Amino acid sequence: MILLNFSIYDFSDFINSIDTWLVETFSPTIGHLIGLVLVGTCFLLFTALLGLSLVYIERKVCAFFQQRLGPMRVGPFGTAQTIADIIKLIFKESLITKQSDKFLFNLAAFVIMMAPFIVLSAIPFAKGLQALDMDIGLFFIISVSSIGVTGILLAGWSSNNKYSLIGAMRSGAQIVSYELSVAISLMTIVILTGSLQLSEIIASQSNGWWIFKGNIPAIIAFVIYIIASTAETNRGPFDMAEAESEITAGFHTEYSGIKFAYFFLAEYVNFFIISAVGATVFFGGWMPLHIGDATFFNNAMDFIPPIIWFFGKVAVIMYFLMWFKWTFPRLRIDQLLTLEWKYLLPISIVNLLLMSIVALKGWHW
Amino acid sequence: MEVVLFYIMAGLILVFSVLTVTSRRILRAAVYLLFVLIAAAGLFFIQQFAFLAAVQLTLYAGGIIVLIIFSVMLTSHVSEKLDAVSFKKASFALVACIAGAVVCISTILSYPFPKPTNGEVDASMKAIGTSLLGYKENGFALPFEVISILLLAAMLGAIIIAKRTEK
Repeated sequence: MILLNFSIYDFSDFINSIDTWLVETFSPTIGHLIGLVLVGTCFLLFTALLGLSLVYIERKVCAFFQQRLGPMRVGPFGTAQTIADIIKLIFKESLITKQSDKFLFNLAAFVIMMAPFIVLSAIPFAKGLQALDMDIGLFFIISVSSIGVTGILLAGWSSNNKYSLIGAMRSGAQIVSYELSVAISLMTIVILTGSLQLSEIIASQSNGWWIFKGNIPAIIAFVIYIIASTAETNRGPFDMAEAESEITAGFHTEYSGIKFAYFFLAEYVNFFIISAVGATVFFGGWMPLHIGDATFFNNAMDFIPPIIWFFGKVAVIMYFLMWFKWTFPRLRIDQLLTLEWKYLLPISIVNLLLMSIVALKGWHW
Repeated sequence: MEVVLFYIMAGLILVFSVLTVTSRRILRAAVYLLFVLIAAAGLFFIQQFAFLAAVQLTLYAGGIIVLIIFSVMLTSHVSEKLDAVSFKKASFALVACIAGAVVCISTILSYPFPKPTNGEVDASMKAIGTSLLGYKENGFALPFEVISILLLAAMLGAIIIAKRTEK
């Protein structure tokens, strides 16, 4: 019965039929509770798979940029390497430094995982495949991801290690300042969509993606978004918080075993989230490539399922960011803050004004 | 369902508020406060005021708590512990707390809470946006601008204090 409603192009019927089945089989309250647990389990599984595959892909891409082969021994082309790594991490001893605040030390690993996990619920993966579609969608993503920095600060402080403390301070300053540019560059597109709801942002791109329709300000906004969001997630070349050559491993120096894996996983989930938000706002999310009223072309593009469009776009942006990471050398902390406060923030504010003028005059498509 | 969620959130707020004021490690107190603020945001989410909840998360959980943690990190060490409060101080504080609680609870219980006469409140993002920048009836353009000037003045003051060089 339920499987009959399954369609790769539109998941809403499938999800609704599961929901009605649960409610009819059990009582409404228990049915909804089971539904909630199911959704949560799906996200947990997705996070785990994401972490496993992204670590492998990142190592491979890095290796190719450095003319190496990367992991090759475990499994065909080294595909089972990350599984071996996870098994190793689980069996490693979980060390805690003397005189550290043990409660906060353990809590930090949890807090740092919590924020990206909640944000994932608002990401539209395909048509009808979105857990939370609120009318403040984009604002919700920005506000929840601002909690993540607390985990980094707690980890650095409770480790009782001066390198961890310096790393945490650096990353705190970095994340708090780059958040502004990320938010403003996303707002630039919200001027055109007129809504913060992610499903409406996607629907507004049914006749072309904003990066093409939004004229010059949209392209400027995308460039700023890419730079600022890379910095916000502490990825290279902005990984001052964990600069190995200066402060060992920054805020997670003292973490080992499975707790270290949490930090690693959170970093990759954040990496996925910034790519997914970028793909949704600038490249239409799961919306296939449409050009105005060209019906034949649009129908041909609709043949490719939305979920493939979404993950394809996310993969392209991720590859771009990895390219970015393994090409540029690391910045200094003062250069990093100068870049944000003296260049990116003024440019993005002027760009916001420019976009308002473009929207008022109707100079976009 | 909503009632159960309300009691869970309310319970979290109560427990962590008490922990915030009784903890002897200053950063732990800040973290307990973070949980209180997140649970308050949860209360707003239950009532479908999503915008208010997101503002609560951004400003309080993401802004003010980070500020507090930053200042604690710069000033104290992880092994520092505040001195235990003397019995005299603690008993006076307890009396003051109970008096405050009695006043608050008795006021809340005696207030009848009449139902709003103007129907359902439209708390959608569009309605909030238009009334926040509207200058006609139900518009908040003037307070909005006044607050932004206040914030600008505070920011300038902070920069001047931070930039003052010793002579």
